[in-house]
Amino acid sequence: MRFVARRIGFFLITLWAALTFNFFLPRLMPGNPALAMLSRFESRGHLGPQSLHTLEIMFGLTHQQSLWQQYWAYLGNCATGNFGISYTFFPDSVGREIAQALPWTIGLVGVTTVVTFIFGTIIGLVSAWFRGGKMDSIFPPLFVILSGFPYFWFALLAILLFGVTLNWLPISGGYDTTLVPGFNGTFIASVLQHSILPAITIVLTSLGGWALTMRNNTITVVAEDYVRMARAKGIRQWKIMWHYAGRNAIMPNLTGFGIALGFVVSGAVLVEYVFNYPGLGWMLLDAVSNEDYPLMQALFLLITVAVLVAVLAVDILTVFLDPRTRDGS
Amino acid sequence: MAVIGAAREPAVGAEPEAVGAVPARRRRRGLAPSLLHNRKAVIGASLFLIFTVMAAIPGVIAPYNPSAEIFDPGLPPSMAHLLGTTSYGQDVFSQLVWGARASLIVALAVGALATLLAVMVGVSAAFLGGVWDGTLSILIDVLLVVPAFPLVVVIAAYTNGANLWMLIVVLVVTGWSFGARQLRSQMLSLKRREFLEAAKARGERRLYIVVFEALPTMTSLIVASFLTAALYAVLAAAGLQFVGLGNPSSLSWGTMLYWAQNSEALNTGMPLWALMPGVCVALLGAALALLNYAFDEISNPALRPVRKRSGKVRRG
Repeated sequence: MRFVARRIGFFLITLWAALTFNFFLPRLMPGNPALAMLSRFESRGHLGPQSLHTLEIMFGLTHQQSLWQQYWAYLGNCATGNFGISYTFFPDSVGREIAQALPWTIGLVGVTTVVTFIFGTIIGLVSAWFRGGKMDSIFPPLFVILSGFPYFWFALLAILLFGVTLNWLPISGGYDTTLVPGFNGTFIASVLQHSILPAITIVLTSLGGWALTMRNNTITVVAEDYVRMARAKGIRQWKIMWHYAGRNAIMPNLTGFGIALGFVVSGAVLVEYVFNYPGLGWMLLDAVSNEDYPLMQALFLLITVAVLVAVLAVDILTVFLDPRTRDGS
Repeated sequence: MAVIGAAREPAVGAEPEAVGAVPARRRRRGLAPSLLHNRKAVIGASLFLIFTVMAAIPGVIAPYNPSAEIFDPGLPPSMAHLLGTTSYGQDVFSQLVWGARASLIVALAVGALATLLAVMVGVSAAFLGGVWDGTLSILIDVLLVVPAFPLVVVIAAYTNGANLWMLIVVLVVTGWSFGARQLRSQMLSLKRREFLEAAKARGERRLYIVVFEALPTMTSLIVASFLTAALYAVLAAAGLQFVGLGNPSSLSWGTMLYWAQNSEALNTGMPLWALMPGVCVALLGAALALLNYAFDEISNPALRPVRKRSGKVRRG
């Protein structure tokens, strides 16, 4: 229980650090860039006093309140989910825009994360089990090399190959814009078609991490006495592989998987950017290029909170899954 | 980035059997000969050397001035223009050669500074213990879990049109914590070893104990920390410049990608312009990743490739 309490304490400290960082960053910049943004807001239309106030305390554009008062008001706004008005999507609130982009990212990155975790882990386990075999001599070196590749470059390659040269698949957007979004066959088919290239890019570039970790863990586990004992007892090979080696080697990957689920929200920023995919990662870069600071800050906080929650959940789950972490020390 | 880190997770239980499987003469080798016999290390080092030469003497290798817009736009590859020209009429090959410098500076500077920070914070946290360890560990862990790339994007957004040095600072701040975490746990396990206790009993100063007794035993971790940070820096910098968050008028592989993407080079018949800078980033990244993995194999014998596993296939 002490362990769980410590992890919750760490969660709160990190959350506070991220919020505070978000608060001070625009204030630390020479010639507060948010000032220019506020005057551009005027050109878009009238800001209500409420939204104006939110923006003022978020970016430190007011002199009526002390820094301390602004800080508390800012924390209050964050707690109630009030992140102000988006510049890009004026006069929509930041929260509404994020809610629209969220399903795209979760659909694309969520599914690919689960798929790569499963396949990567299996590849790692099998290549470690048949150490020195064909699979083991091809995949690990390949994955090491791929880990040094910039993953958006695969996106460019995929566009050139399947989009421009072969003209098989759409290379931009989340769906065919001539269609009316709705829950019908044509629209869903269009969504799926548009997600193929981004999905392949993500799977190809993140498979290796899971596989290499699993392989290295399995190699360590296979040398353990209980695996030798199982062999001596004549238990079937595939059963030793799954139930003896696999089960004990998967722990680090499982931890990583939990954290990766938190990272789903941050999207695959650069992949979404290359494919103009309407998810949160694309929205973050769009907000940056439009100098839409309210949207950018809200996205950064959302991404951070998602990761922190995932880390906390994994920590607590580990206590249940791994008896070694339960000791009092 | 987490993906790369994952590769070196299990340095814990190198089993005596696994060590025994390696011929005795291999174990006695020093670091340099081990590197020469490791194929991954040789390939990685050669690639790195090629890029170093490119970065050192680009004027000798590149045929033209990289920013001069003096040729016909969008020329296909030829003997005069090995990789064609950009839509602004610049020579792609010359840009590629000159672009190596920025990437290499970022890699080396971030790698060195992040490692320095990691050693200082990680080792002193473990060595000092108590409140120091508590505070520094929280600092390390906070930076470890905050999503690095979105953080870098947000900082870069405020430091509008960041120059190279700003970029390096941002990448160091976000890139040192992984190494610090590993160095801290290594130092913790070293702390109670006899050779450090002996140094303490001799009455050596604490700084001496850390720098001359403890650090030399952690060389492989320090090297790994450097390579991991450098790889992270190369990829993150290329990504930032690609989306226009670097200085677009500077010359680097990332900014080449940015301009190529802006001119829709893929759709307008100039694919080499859009792909070759990525190939260079990838090769530099692969060189660092290979070196990193090679060092891991050398310091953890359990991961070394084995030729034959079961008795069945053994042929004398």
